[in-house]
Amino acid sequence: MTATLEIDGLKVAIGAANVLRGVSLALQPREVRGLVGESGAGKSMLGRAVLGLLPANATIISGSITFEGRNLLAMHETERRKLLGRRIALIPQDPMTSLNPVKRVGVQIGNLLRHHLGVSKRVALARASELLAEVAIREPARVLSLYPHEISGGMRQRVLIAMAFACDPALVIADEPTTALDVTVQRQVLQLVERLRQRHGSAVLFVTHDLGVVAKICGSMTVLHGGRVLEDGETADVLARPRHAYTRALLAATPRADRPAEALRPVPPALIEQLWSEARRLDRLTIAGPT
Amino acid sequence: MRWGEIIRRLVLVPPTLFGVAVIVFVLLRVVPGDPIAMMIPPGASEADIARLRALYGLDQPILQQFSTWLGQVASGDFGKSISVHQGVLELLLERLPATIELALLATLIAVVLGVLTALAGILLRGRRAEWAVDGGIGVLLAIPDFLWALILLLVFGVLLPWLPISGRVDPQIDVHLHSNFYLLESLLTGRFAIAFALLHHMILPALALALPFAALVARILKASLTEAEDQDYAQIARARGYSRPDILLHEVLPNALIPTVALGGVQVTLLLGGTVLVERIFSYEGIGNMAIDAVINRDFPLIQGLVLTFAVLFIALNLAIDLIVTVLDPRLRHG
Repeated sequence: MTATLEIDGLKVAIGAANVLRGVSLALQPREVRGLVGESGAGKSMLGRAVLGLLPANATIISGSITFEGRNLLAMHETERRKLLGRRIALIPQDPMTSLNPVKRVGVQIGNLLRHHLGVSKRVALARASELLAEVAIREPARVLSLYPHEISGGMRQRVLIAMAFACDPALVIADEPTTALDVTVQRQVLQLVERLRQRHGSAVLFVTHDLGVVAKICGSMTVLHGGRVLEDGETADVLARPRHAYTRALLAATPRADRPAEALRPVPPALIEQLWSEARRLDRLTIAGPT
Repeated sequence: MRWGEIIRRLVLVPPTLFGVAVIVFVLLRVVPGDPIAMMIPPGASEADIARLRALYGLDQPILQQFSTWLGQVASGDFGKSISVHQGVLELLLERLPATIELALLATLIAVVLGVLTALAGILLRGRRAEWAVDGGIGVLLAIPDFLWALILLLVFGVLLPWLPISGRVDPQIDVHLHSNFYLLESLLTGRFAIAFALLHHMILPALALALPFAALVARILKASLTEAEDQDYAQIARARGYSRPDILLHEVLPNALIPTVALGGVQVTLLLGGTVLVERIFSYEGIGNMAIDAVINRDFPLIQGLVLTFAVLFIALNLAIDLIVTVLDPRLRHG
């Protein structure tokens, strides 16, 4: 069986700074994988690399990104654009800034459907209405005629989720989609993502720093630090028997209902320092080349 | 902008115009020189001068003069020009359409040039050619409209005598139109030969007015496009498989137009002010050209009429721009 997404030895630098230091991971069809790490771990960069959204000053030094057996990095721009938004979709981080402020919700969803599926304006609008109903928006017809500033943040995130799943993608990259939302809305959004990915048969790469979220919806997980994969496996295994010291430290730093708050331990600075010096050693090796 | 806001703005128009009238009226009478000094022959007797002053009411106290004039204006009578011996309103109605047509043509040229330049600049973003676009904009911006008028006149009127350099239309052409909006009327009634002859005369002064304004539009729009393209929604559009030109035209441009119209629109008033010198240089028969004659002759009633006309134009323009911005930005419509 061809993996939906296969990243192999991906190295990316922004200017002179390495942000991904040889990352490999794979996503099987319908798999939900959590990509965990603290700020600066490179987890969002990984998602952006898959979507071709790396900043202009970023360079891909080596490695490959393969989607359903085709190398995205070697592919022609126009070929890749046919996949983006249709086979590979994004749920963005901040719903407040991710919709075009001067276009009605219906126009934005409709344009996406017309662009990728080539349907008529009328069909697109009808389909958009169904999509909104699917993400539990009441009165979808009314919401279609509203501008983004007229609906709440939670509702905007649902619209964005509806747009991500609109063309039955094989892969959805969820870039911290719950970070900007308050806790009650977070739960609903997670349930929605879970329901829609089952219905549309998509694999999901769930970028997050929240181990609680990973435990809830991800079957597998990858722990990232300093642009390196530290640990990788079934979520249940990793959480029950973390092999890497960093994963154990992350778990100890995560609040849980069954533990008193005093039991929380921040990740030890010495460990962080050790991880970064390992990363730097890796950089020196790369520059020196294999001997 | 809602109706309440529009009404509030309209209510403020009369007091604004009153303020303008007071300032121009007082200033004209405080600065040295008056129309009588301009019209009397050398060696006129004191008694003649006094008689003339009394004839035009200039011997009255300023407050008295002002209230008399204001009373007349309120009933639609702007008085009679001292130097041209015609009614001020009549003169304004005859000349204003020429200036409005010139300003409209200049604005149209500037917007087309400015938008195309900004789009070219943003497409070249990050490449070396972007510097060429920015440099070109800088040069256009650095040369003022009256200097452009002289340059264009020298190049296309004298060195390469392709275009006429004075007047609104060739004197031998029989215009025979109902309104003084020659260009608009001839275009609307399908008399394209006349329209072409008019455009032939208008193109150089219109270009002189348009070039600096086009550069301004290009600069504001390019900056707005750059900012809008870095926003999340434009980045995410890339992840939806839209091409860059598609994103620039359909996602970025509608957003970038909002600050461009708001900031650039106000600058149309500068373009209107520019008509004064540019019309003079091309002997174009608009109100700007007339304003210079009026000032030289200290033609008080005509100057007062002209200043009020410009004030009304500026106020109308600002209101129109606010309305357009409201149409472009849905967040202002419901807010």
